[in-house]
Amino acid sequence: MPAVKPKSKPRPEVLPGVRHPMEKYLRTDRLPHIWCSGCGLGIALSSFLYAIEELGIDPNKVAVVSGIGCSGRFAGYVKMDSYHTTHGRAIPFAVGLKLANPDLNVVVFSGDGDLFAIGGNHFIHAARRNADITVLCVNNFNYGMTGGQLGPTTPPEARTTTSPYGNFEHPFNLVYLAASAGATYVARWTTLHARRLKESIKEALQHPGFNFIEIISPCPTNFGRRNRLRDALDEMRYYADKAVIQHGVDPAGAEVVPGKEFIVGKFVDVRKPTYLELYRKKTEELAARFG
Amino acid sequence: MQKTVVGYRKAMTGHKAVAEAMRQIEPDVVAVYPITPQSEIAEYYAEYVHNGVVRTELVPVESEHSAMSACVGAAAAGARVMTATASQGLALMVEVVYIAAGLRLPIVMALANRSLSAPINIHCDHSDAYLARDSGAIQIFAESAQEAYDYMIIAQKLAEDKRVRLPVLVNLDGFTLTHTLQVVELLPDEAVKGFVGEFEPIHPLLDVDNPSTWGAFAMPDYYFELKRAQQAGMEAAPEAFLEVQKAFSELSGRAYRGFFEAYRLEDAERAIVVMGSTAGTAKVVVDELRERGEKVGLLKVWLWRPFVREELVKLLGHLEAVAVLDRALSFGNMGALFLDVTSAFVHEDKRPVFVNYIYGLGGRDVTTDQIKRVYEELKGARPSHELRYLGLRE
Repeated sequence: MPAVKPKSKPRPEVLPGVRHPMEKYLRTDRLPHIWCSGCGLGIALSSFLYAIEELGIDPNKVAVVSGIGCSGRFAGYVKMDSYHTTHGRAIPFAVGLKLANPDLNVVVFSGDGDLFAIGGNHFIHAARRNADITVLCVNNFNYGMTGGQLGPTTPPEARTTTSPYGNFEHPFNLVYLAASAGATYVARWTTLHARRLKESIKEALQHPGFNFIEIISPCPTNFGRRNRLRDALDEMRYYADKAVIQHGVDPAGAEVVPGKEFIVGKFVDVRKPTYLELYRKKTEELAARFG
Repeated sequence: MQKTVVGYRKAMTGHKAVAEAMRQIEPDVVAVYPITPQSEIAEYYAEYVHNGVVRTELVPVESEHSAMSACVGAAAAGARVMTATASQGLALMVEVVYIAAGLRLPIVMALANRSLSAPINIHCDHSDAYLARDSGAIQIFAESAQEAYDYMIIAQKLAEDKRVRLPVLVNLDGFTLTHTLQVVELLPDEAVKGFVGEFEPIHPLLDVDNPSTWGAFAMPDYYFELKRAQQAGMEAAPEAFLEVQKAFSELSGRAYRGFFEAYRLEDAERAIVVMGSTAGTAKVVVDELRERGEKVGLLKVWLWRPFVREELVKLLGHLEAVAVLDRALSFGNMGALFLDVTSAFVHEDKRPVFVNYIYGLGGRDVTTDQIKRVYEELKGARPSHELRYLGLRE
């Protein structure tokens, strides 16, 4: 039987000899990545890696879990323990992982479609339990990988391949959903706010309980070009123009409406017993009672 | 073959061919969730809906489980319903596929065959179809975009046949058929509409004057009888399939006859049994070997569930050796298609030597050289329980 040889990929070198400072956290043999030019996933990833670096967290103590979609590739690119789950199941996997090894810092890195449509149920229940994980949601307002279909965060009137004349469904306001489901740390940034995003990820990684950060990100290939944001720079300019930084705002009113100003910042930062703490408390209580 | 209508030929992908069949059938409801390599079917169909070309209600649901659930709800209400999915999408959906079959709902689904995780892979094999093998859904396999188009239309009429009333899965190989451009002859819209006719639901929920309950409990007192009745629907399917297929062949001029396509089998000594697009590759090999005087043939499965054993025995009984090619593993046993084929011969005294090959998992390309090798290995083949692998690095 003739053997099938795997294709070898050439290593890209944009500037000869110049390496990304966070390259040590990446599986460079997996590069080039699959993300389109102008995609925000790279900024989200590097913000996360800088956060790990600056906090001095041992990467061996971090586990990255992702779902399906373009953001699903995070798990394959980071040089840490990682897992690429089936569509929508990143959170339950991560919850199990954390319970089995509470020493790990468990991070779910996924997209709006994965976390809030097919996996929506898991999100609200992990937040309700205050499960000890950090969920980073890269929100590009559509199913980017499968060709740009309407999803749970697609704004009203946005054009997608399954809403060619504009979306008429109500979208989720993710920060409001997270806060009302019980998340104890909730923030929203865009990929323009790379440094603030990094600082926010640092806070979330140190904050006990269920932490959620929405990262609004351009998807020029499938969302932007159908919605008058032809390239990523247009979208970044749009963020610069419309994003208003405010902390402590009631997330109920913090909707993202196209063409209007929207709020970025920290919405919730509270402390309440986490799932692990409650679990341990109950176990100790029962152990004391029954020996 | 003479045809009653004049079609028109166009180059299109398998996606488009399926979407065109759906457009012409114009179901009342389509509920669908994006998944590679199915998504473009939904995209084309969304375009038709939003352009007012069809009057279908399109429900862009939040998961495949919801897609099939919405389909079941709409079908129970009395609507004509279609959907499409692939791989993990079917895996998530399959709980409700069993329910669609149990409730005898004629939902037609295009399945863009793709391998199941893990490891994750988006390319073609038949593990998704095998997953739904015992779901109670009828399963048809297409070799080309043309067959995918034709069998979507045939499936609709078959599913709605009152003797049958079961969901139908039309399998087309992901990427190989869904994403490649082929010439497809479409029937005129009115010919398809006339062919499938008006859907007549049985005890629809929207018949408010005659209220009915669906999906209710059936405990040890009735469950068994209801499942037997469901099997009767499956048993009626072959006859209905032949009738619908014949009527479609007369309409289109495309000669579809039987549950299997017998390709140069009559005087053959050695043959391959296969499903899906690989049949096209194998036909090229058959022609080439025939030119060299080798008596080889091919049997392509159109109707996989129900599996019609009698006709299979008639078609293969005279052969010396048969290789059954499975594009999925049935872990712990021989391939599922191999088991189907060989079990058909359990009561036959004269039967060929059967060999089982697993091929093309996760989209591994299948070449004419590999198929030639199978025919070569069939020469003087002896009965064995060995599972062979085609194109595997070991």
